[in-house]
Amino acid sequence: MAETATAEGHQQHPLSIYLWIWLLLFVLSAFSYMVDYLQLQGMLRWSLILLFMFLKAGFIVAIFMHMAWERLALIYAILLPPLCLLVFIGLMAWEGDYTLLTRIASFTEHVFIPAAGHH
Amino acid sequence: MAHDATTADSGKSLKSLVNDWAQDKQSFEVPWGKAMMWIFLLSDTFIFSCFLISYMKVRISTTVPWPNPSEVFALSFGGDPIPLILIAIMTFVLITSSGTMALAVNYGYRKDKNKTMWLMFATAALGATFVGMQAFEWTKLIVEEGVRPWGNPMGAAQFGSAFFMITGFHGLHVSAGVIYLTIVALRVKSGYYDRHKGGNYEIVEIAGLYWHFVDLVWVFIFAFFYLW
Repeated sequence: MAETATAEGHQQHPLSIYLWIWLLLFVLSAFSYMVDYLQLQGMLRWSLILLFMFLKAGFIVAIFMHMAWERLALIYAILLPPLCLLVFIGLMAWEGDYTLLTRIASFTEHVFIPAAGHH
Repeated sequence: MAHDATTADSGKSLKSLVNDWAQDKQSFEVPWGKAMMWIFLLSDTFIFSCFLISYMKVRISTTVPWPNPSEVFALSFGGDPIPLILIAIMTFVLITSSGTMALAVNYGYRKDKNKTMWLMFATAALGATFVGMQAFEWTKLIVEEGVRPWGNPMGAAQFGSAFFMITGFHGLHVSAGVIYLTIVALRVKSGYYDRHKGGNYEIVEIAGLYWHFVDLVWVFIFAFFYLW
């Protein structure tokens, strides 16, 4: 059961860690499903979805994929590059809003016309 | 290599990072197969991100209401339809398979061939179950709900294209994983790694990395496509 040195590239950890994380992933999945089952809406829904999502993703990467025991050299090489996706997400959200506005302005039947004061 | 000064540290300090990257030596002190799998998974992360980001973009920009996934993926077992139940079961199947895979990796390092092999077969079987349920889901959506990549009766036309693209690519990954795991499990069974790799079961962990990644992607698809 002893943990061997990661310097050899081997990842041997006690079985109990995996079983606990497994159980935790089940519980977190059940929680995410409950968000929909209970029909929570608005900011509460979105923040809970993101919270459970990041917790699950974090445990899978850190424990099941052994990232927590890897050296910083590998951790940074793999986990930092995806951060540039945040820029991509930001740009596309901005662009999406703009596209929606132009579609509303150009393609919808009820174009906004200031009402004349006739009442 | 295993005995120079940098391997003595925990590998968690910035100093170790600089040493690993700046010295004239191998940067990642893991087997090359594992480093390459991680880099492949990094590139796959970008592919799936592109799909999910384009899905976000079309969902933001459509003027037609987005179909409610909670209703679209509801399933009735004789009584009232239960929202998203099939997707929830698929999620649990995939998480179960991730657990069996993690145990397989663990037993692989303990050189317990029998347990490693059976846990990998169990993982592959659960993966095949997942793909089977996905085939059922697709059939239901195409035949009964009339969802097509170019339109559907429930709302925004982009729903179909995003759905088929994202879940299709993920299902392809699961199917490839089932084949990959089956091959590695058969080789564990036949003693291939004892004969050719000197009893090194590193490949089980590498296959495990791929499998956990497939589960990881599903976590994001479940959150953004099905729950959002």
